[in-house]
Amino acid sequence: MSFLDYAPAPESRAILSLRDSYGLFIDGEFVDGRGAAFQTISPASEERIAMIANANEADVADAVAAARRAYDRVWSKMSGRDRGKYLFRIARLVQERARELAVAESLDNGKPIKESRDVDVPLVAAWFFYYAGWADKLDHAGLGADPRSLGVAAQVIPWNFPLLMLAWKIAPALAAGNTVVLKPAETTPLTALIFAEILQQAELPPGVVNIITGAGDTGAALVAHEGVDKVAFTGSTAVGRAIAKQIAGTDKKATLELGGKAANIVFDDAPIDQAIEGIVNGIFFNQGHVCCAGSRLLVQESIHDEVVDRLKTRLSTLRLGDPLDKNTDIGAINSREQLDRIRALSDVGVEEGAERWSAPCEIPENGFWYAPTIFTGVQTSSRIAREEIFGPVLSVLTFRTPQEAIAKANNTPYGLSAGIWTDKGSRILAVADQLRAGVIWANTFNRFDPAAPFGGYKESGYGREGGRHGLAAYLAPAPIGQAAVARSAAKPAITADASAPEPTAKRTRRTQKATTKGSKR
Amino acid sequence: MTRLAVPKTYKLYIGGKFPRSESGRTYEVSAPDGRFLANAALASRKDARDAVVAARAAVSGWAGATAYNRGQVLYRIAELLEGRRAQFVSEIEETEGVSRAVAAAQVDEAIDRWVWYAGWADKFAQVAGNANPVAGPYFNLSVPEPTGVVAIVAPQDSSLLGLVSAVAPALVAGNPVVVVASERFPLSAISLAEVLATSDVPGGVVNVLTGSPAEIAPWLASHADVNAIDLVGAGALDWIALEIDAADTLKRVLRPENGPDAAAPALGRIQAFTETKTVWHTKSLR
Repeated sequence: MSFLDYAPAPESRAILSLRDSYGLFIDGEFVDGRGAAFQTISPASEERIAMIANANEADVADAVAAARRAYDRVWSKMSGRDRGKYLFRIARLVQERARELAVAESLDNGKPIKESRDVDVPLVAAWFFYYAGWADKLDHAGLGADPRSLGVAAQVIPWNFPLLMLAWKIAPALAAGNTVVLKPAETTPLTALIFAEILQQAELPPGVVNIITGAGDTGAALVAHEGVDKVAFTGSTAVGRAIAKQIAGTDKKATLELGGKAANIVFDDAPIDQAIEGIVNGIFFNQGHVCCAGSRLLVQESIHDEVVDRLKTRLSTLRLGDPLDKNTDIGAINSREQLDRIRALSDVGVEEGAERWSAPCEIPENGFWYAPTIFTGVQTSSRIAREEIFGPVLSVLTFRTPQEAIAKANNTPYGLSAGIWTDKGSRILAVADQLRAGVIWANTFNRFDPAAPFGGYKESGYGREGGRHGLAAYLAPAPIGQAAVARSAAKPAITADASAPEPTAKRTRRTQKATTKGSKR
Repeated sequence: MTRLAVPKTYKLYIGGKFPRSESGRTYEVSAPDGRFLANAALASRKDARDAVVAARAAVSGWAGATAYNRGQVLYRIAELLEGRRAQFVSEIEETEGVSRAVAAAQVDEAIDRWVWYAGWADKFAQVAGNANPVAGPYFNLSVPEPTGVVAIVAPQDSSLLGLVSAVAPALVAGNPVVVVASERFPLSAISLAEVLATSDVPGGVVNVLTGSPAEIAPWLASHADVNAIDLVGAGALDWIALEIDAADTLKRVLRPENGPDAAAPALGRIQAFTETKTVWHTKSLR
């Protein structure tokens, strides 16, 4: 037994009290979906966790109508102070049920429990705390006095950080006074549904947040619904482009958080130990399922061999396996579909002449897994240097001068994030100035904070999430004076509601009261 | 004896030079009473692409200039425009068929708008950006940066003021622009280009096309090297189709505005063509 062998240390699943099936959360209650229910599985074992309702177009319409009613009758009239108090309540409840949420997230998503426990869920609470305080201070959001909420926000989120993306979307929307219909990803609906229970515990007025589950067509129907005033989407650039086309000519505002192919630039004077850890964190955090992942390592030629050797050594110590094991570094790939995509692109890398090296780790029999992999000898024209792989695969390229590093880093239609590793502060700032990316990490990587705006340049999307900028994305200036201002506020959600459809049919409502188990506290 | 006047040839303004349209095409510009005024260049798709190339080449210099410098250059435009005030007043009087007083008011407002935007150049980042108190040992700053090449369909019902109102804010943050002038009133746009060419604005930072917005705008909307498009003057075009074209490369889009208040001075017009960059820098005593 080497020093790297650990006895299993699984986090207990006993903290969870999951149901066999989950409905849609509309107007404060769980209701049946009218589409064909689907199962959500653990990507680590392929075992079913629960059956999930599938929202069809009628369900989407019901959810939007509920959000509209809640906006008109309750949320838009409520004081900022009270909206903030609800958000503070939610933040506290997330903290109280943090371990339960972390276990559920790792179970459903496949990410290591140490990440869901130490990164995802604490950030979720932080996000609600941060925006809670904004709710009664909107005059300082940067849009002048008395800015207006937009109305109903349609929010579609990805599977890589299911609960964290929910928080990024819901917290600023509610603080600004909007109501929400949110659709989690098809493969990771679980924590959003537990979050719905938290909303019940917080006694958030019905309809202020509606959570509808389903696949891509549910999301498309939601974005297309005419009762929606704001679209916030995180996901692929292809879908983001389709959304931008779909809402062209409408009054819907959009925030799009799309793909990336971030350069992580390592200069020869970088603090090498930290840089190695930073590279590993940059691309192998969350199995590389990160839109801002440092998937292109640009290393100065003189230290290329040393960096690659040390990376291989370090990667050989990573433990891949049970996401619920507290010692696990690399969890499961989220779905078979994603695993196939990673394998296919990785094979393209080999075909295009790059050299592939994968960490020697035991792959469990069931579930979806991909060993941490490095490609060396990658050409800038290669698909693995240009396309988002969204998996634990690092492409290594070299440069000689800072100018070459900058040119290579910017040579992509994406522009979400980048990393710089050097001991020289002046060089950090000069390089940061010239990188065309929305988030630059200097001597660190993959840091997130509710106070720090996050979002892309170019085809990585538009709008920001986090900070004052993220709040402004859910507000419009007060309707005074200038034409541009008047136009953006001319279609206040308040007048649009007359056409909002009433729920078409009364359906059986399975009142799913949140069960508060002692073990949760 | 009256002196025989020397009329001006109105050409395009691309990359700091005044070329004719590569297509060789022109179109007749007349006064409201039907009197012939000039032949303006009828820009082609190729001219639009050349203009984008010139604008792209100007990005690093203009975006890389200090904010103080950009402010000075924009103020210099106001100075030179003031010096040529009479010329613009007469030109607008003739082309738009308005009274001298109305034409003068337009020119004065255009000059003042350059001054207003010039003053923003070294200030908007202080209003639009901020330090972020993140929960960790990091220096964390968000600053607005220029989006890149901005294409503009200028307001169509004014010679000078609409053009200036749309172009100036895009320049403030450091974006080079390609602007399609008013189809009916293109002459002052080219006269303004003469001002720009002599007022320290680097070549390629402003490129002026005259001709048919309906013909040129689609090429700009779909051009992969254009980062943003301001459709302020595209209200009479199929601007939804332009917005759909722009979505292919996820361009930032500003919608059409109509009336005399189109492109009214606003900080928001500067910010519309900026990207917020957040830089995280570690703090350590070691």
